[in-house]
Amino acid sequence: MKENGTRLRWPRGHLRHPMRPSMALLRKDLLLERRAPEAVPAMLLFTVTTFVLFHFGLGRDEVAGRLAAGVLLVTLLFAAILGINRLFVSEQEEGGFDGVLLAPIDRTALFVAKACALFLFLALVELVAVAAFSILLLGPSPWPALPGLILVLALLNVALAVVGTLVSALAIRTRARDLIVPIVALPMLVPALIAAARASAPLLAADGAGALPTKWLAVLALYDLVFGLLAYAVFDFLLED
Amino acid sequence: MIASLLAAAPALPLGEAGKYVAGAFVVFVAVLLIYFGIMAAKLQRMERELAELNAALEARARAGSGEPVASGEPR
Amino acid sequence: MHGKRLRVLSLATLAALTATFALVFFYAPLDADQGFIQKIFYVHVPVAIVTLIAYVVGGVFAALHLRTRDRAWDLRSYVVIHIAIIFNILGLVTGAIWAKASWGHWWVWDEPTLVSFLIVFLLFATYQPLRFSIEDPERQSRYASVFAIMAGAFVPLNFMAVRAATAYVHPRVLATSDGGMPSQMALTFVVAIVAMTLLFALMCTYEITSKSTSWQLRALRRRLLGDEAVAPLGRSAAPAVDGAGTGSAPARPRGTAEATS
Repeated sequence: MKENGTRLRWPRGHLRHPMRPSMALLRKDLLLERRAPEAVPAMLLFTVTTFVLFHFGLGRDEVAGRLAAGVLLVTLLFAAILGINRLFVSEQEEGGFDGVLLAPIDRTALFVAKACALFLFLALVELVAVAAFSILLLGPSPWPALPGLILVLALLNVALAVVGTLVSALAIRTRARDLIVPIVALPMLVPALIAAARASAPLLAADGAGALPTKWLAVLALYDLVFGLLAYAVFDFLLED
Repeated sequence: MIASLLAAAPALPLGEAGKYVAGAFVVFVAVLLIYFGIMAAKLQRMERELAELNAALEARARAGSGEPVASGEPR
Repeated sequence: MHGKRLRVLSLATLAALTATFALVFFYAPLDADQGFIQKIFYVHVPVAIVTLIAYVVGGVFAALHLRTRDRAWDLRSYVVIHIAIIFNILGLVTGAIWAKASWGHWWVWDEPTLVSFLIVFLLFATYQPLRFSIEDPERQSRYASVFAIMAGAFVPLNFMAVRAATAYVHPRVLATSDGGMPSQMALTFVVAIVAMTLLFALMCTYEITSKSTSWQLRALRRRLLGDEAVAPLGRSAAPAVDGAGTGSAPARPRGTAEATS
């Protein structure tokens, strides 16, 4: 504040930039996770443990093609559920929802922030999970598959982030919150799983990586678009109290 | 009558296939009947409640139109 | 006030269903590929079509509820989805019977309609538990509407994805030996779809009438016998209904807060 009577001037763009609130909320979440990491390590541990379970459950030393795609993606899906369950816990317990309601910001900023946070957490988990999968269970070499796989996983992460954030917000205020999340989110994610599995199966084929089927990438992108827009439009209504 | 119906119907291969088709239609009718049965039970409950409310209304009308009776005193 | 509509709908449904059954067994020719088993189709496929459309309609009603804040739309959305779930179960059972009759297994993954039907059922089966787990009626309606919108959009997406993913090992052919669907089959089909739609509308009207009547009875009871004679409202997944037969928040008697916590 200036004392000599000149007009108070806010820095340009302060509070006017549409992404500011989302960025602030996102930064808070990332900071929280970095200081006291609980979601990402848990998801990681869960993923690797599940790979071990699959080894014994399926009775196989290595998987390829469709089986590999299935094992990897289903494991990631279940790990994502763990993260989704916890997404809004801090908001619920410490009044974050009220904070967003009271602040002069678009409430959807919370949705964007949480979805981005979830996306980043999942990306971190997948970084390690794909490596672990390649070492533990994958038959063929992962390197030729990697670019295609990264693309598929990126699109899948968008789907998981969007649907996960919405279902998490839906469930957090109910009584049976961590029961509701899996039974609602998993069926809703089936088309995304189908598309991701069909897209990545040729990449992990036993006799060398095949071409990335663009049809399934298009389906996945369509899913992301439709649910992204819908969730963005509908999220507001969850926060009204 | 059944005989004439069956005569008019196309040849029913009442071997394996017939059982399944019949099964499907039976399931369909059964679901409908179950639904309407539940509806009927609800309606019964409502009728009973209506009768109870009617009786209460009667009692109130009678008590209102009759001479005011002090408790314990025979009418 | 629902009475007249009920009567008309009942008669129409009865006529349509009778016509359907008659057409199926006396008029429609035998399928070249599947023979007599194909007759199950005339129940299974119309039920499936009506179910999927009903889920989308439920989503549309939910969107209208959020837009207009009129609880009547939430009631309609709830009833439509509720009956659609019943139809969904019916469709799954008839589909399983057809699968067993055609290929000897109670379930086949090759039929994309059946598979996407199962997935959709798994999703919508969570609708009532979700509603039940939210006690505040206003929030229950709002959250349920959000769910119904997402799930309604999910139905066509899911159908397309599963269809694209399923290998057509057993192509479904609705034809006689001349190939292509003859007009007799088409007519039977159309009548069957109309009949199932009418049946669906009939069951929805029954539901709404029943709910409306029991809420009116409750209000009447309270007026006649006082607050104490009315049992406290327990937790419920269904939206409340006001006297006009549309949805609204019920005036909760004082004692319920303790009773339901």
